[in-house]
Amino acid sequence: MKRFIAAALALCALPLAAQQDAQKEIERYRQLLADGNPAELLEMRGEGLWKQKRGPKNVSLEQCDLGIGAGKIEGAYAQLPRYFADVDRVMDAESRIVHCQMSLQGFTREELTRRPYSLTQGERQTDHEALTAYVVGLSRGVKVALPQGHPKEKESYLRGEKMFFYKGGPYDFACSTCHGVDGQRIRLQDLPNFQKPDNAQRAFTTWPAYRVSQGAMRTMQWRLYDCFRQQRFPELAFLSQASVDLITYMGVKAQGGTMDSPAIKR
Amino acid sequence: MKTKILFVLCATIVIASCATVATGPKAPTDTEIVEALKSSFKETATAKIDRLDQSELQRACSIAAEIGKDLDPKVRESLQAKALAGVKYPADNKYLGDWKRGESIAQSGRGLQFSDAANTVAGGNCYACHQIDKAEISHGNIGPTLWNYGKLRGGSEPILKYTWARIWNSHAFNACANMPRFGDAGILTEAQMKDVMALLLDPESPVNK
Ligand code: HEC
Ligand code: HEC
Repeated sequence: MKRFIAAALALCALPLAAQQDAQKEIERYRQLLADGNPAELLEMRGEGLWKQKRGPKNVSLEQCDLGIGAGKIEGAYAQLPRYFADVDRVMDAESRIVHCQMSLQGFTREELTRRPYSLTQGERQTDHEALTAYVVGLSRGVKVALPQGHPKEKESYLRGEKMFFYKGGPYDFACSTCHGVDGQRIRLQDLPNFQKPDNAQRAFTTWPAYRVSQGAMRTMQWRLYDCFRQQRFPELAFLSQASVDLITYMGVKAQGGTMDSPAIKR
Repeated sequence: MKTKILFVLCATIVIASCATVATGPKAPTDTEIVEALKSSFKETATAKIDRLDQSELQRACSIAAEIGKDLDPKVRESLQAKALAGVKYPADNKYLGDWKRGESIAQSGRGLQFSDAANTVAGGNCYACHQIDKAEISHGNIGPTLWNYGKLRGGSEPILKYTWARIWNSHAFNACANMPRFGDAGILTEAQMKDVMALLLDPESPVNK
């Protein structure tokens, strides 16, 4: 309901033609909210997958260590990315979920990374999206608190910072081109300025998100994949170093925000 | 003699223990960043990994943005002069095409994405960043409004040339401007450039009503 009021208020600030477009959008929001957040269904599917004995080793993911101890999921997402001693590197939630499927269940990296996102309209959401929805949903209401004590956690942040400002490609864009100034918009979409804690918090705590325009829940790695597309860079690889480092960077900028994901977005 | 050996011994121990303690975070080198980035992307038919190799200007402007400082004035002037020297003006000296086609080019955000086919006709996506025709309310604000652009500035030769150069390579006037180099980077063809010019400068264009 709060979200609906916010959307309705935003509507009043727009000129007429935009209001009519936005009106339709809000109708869809209203219907969706009446039926609950559609991502909840995906969270439930993810929970089922998490607890089910699967893979060549026929075990569940219940012993997966997401950073706060084997089997603990509540609040884990709010402390990711973080350093994991067993792999001697920093992982974000999505990388760690894949890691657990490989190490516990015996799935191969190849099969887990072949199609992580459901990219075409109407395609069934992938297992990866369902598992991520389940994990992030269990951090709702928890404060973002990425550990930065390990040198590799700090290094991930420092790389992420450099990458955020790295201009390249035929358009000379960096993340900072679109996300470095207050009050900027591309068309009618507001762009968070990651140098501002409240902006960074709002952005970080609401991803993964159910996107009404796509009728699907999208993960944070997908968000970066799609922003790099707009940036005219080549295709961002799932689980890549840049994905993890940029998420670390944004997460640290969002420290103290309260997780509210999967959210509903445009 | 004995004390000297002892001293050397102690000094060695101190240095050695310092070395093991000093494993704090290391600031990444430029080479490490480029390598980390290059290993993070896949080439597609149209978007190659060499897009991650920075030009001199991209590098200077990235650093300036990161540390939040303007470019050194000398560096700025030299980058702008190079950009201006690279502008190719239309051979037939005709600057204005068809404003109607210009409007659809300004609307289109297609082209040069990794997902685009090689034969995709790129747009200028000007509305993503600019208000142009007021009738289009879905516009961004990264760039200034261009409403009444021609009405306010007229259509003199210097204005035509300035606007052409702006669209060809905006860095000629502001080294780190956040506007793509539509001519220089080969995003728009010369004919498309003329059409968006007409959208801004043709007295018949709705932009100048
Ligand atoms: C060309 C402009 C552009 C560039 C460059 C860009 N983004 Fe975005 N970004 C957007 C737009 C537009 C949206 C909003 C999308 C929407 O509402 O559909 C967005 C949304 C986001 C969001 C979600 C914000 C929210 O509140 O939902 C995050 C996070 C984000 N971008 C991160 C990045 C990062 C990191 C980079 C660099 C890899 C980047 N973006 C580069 C345009 C850009
Ligand atoms: C990514 C955002 C972006 C896009 C896309 C973009 N521009 Fe710009 N444009 C800017 C910015 C930012 C400036 C101001 C540059 C500066 O700071 O010097 C600008 C400046 C200009 C100016 C100079 C205005 C003046 O008052 O002198 C013109 C003309 C212009 N743009 C035309 C266009 C046209 C035509 C297109 C489409 C083909 C376009 N722009 C696309 C961001 C953009």
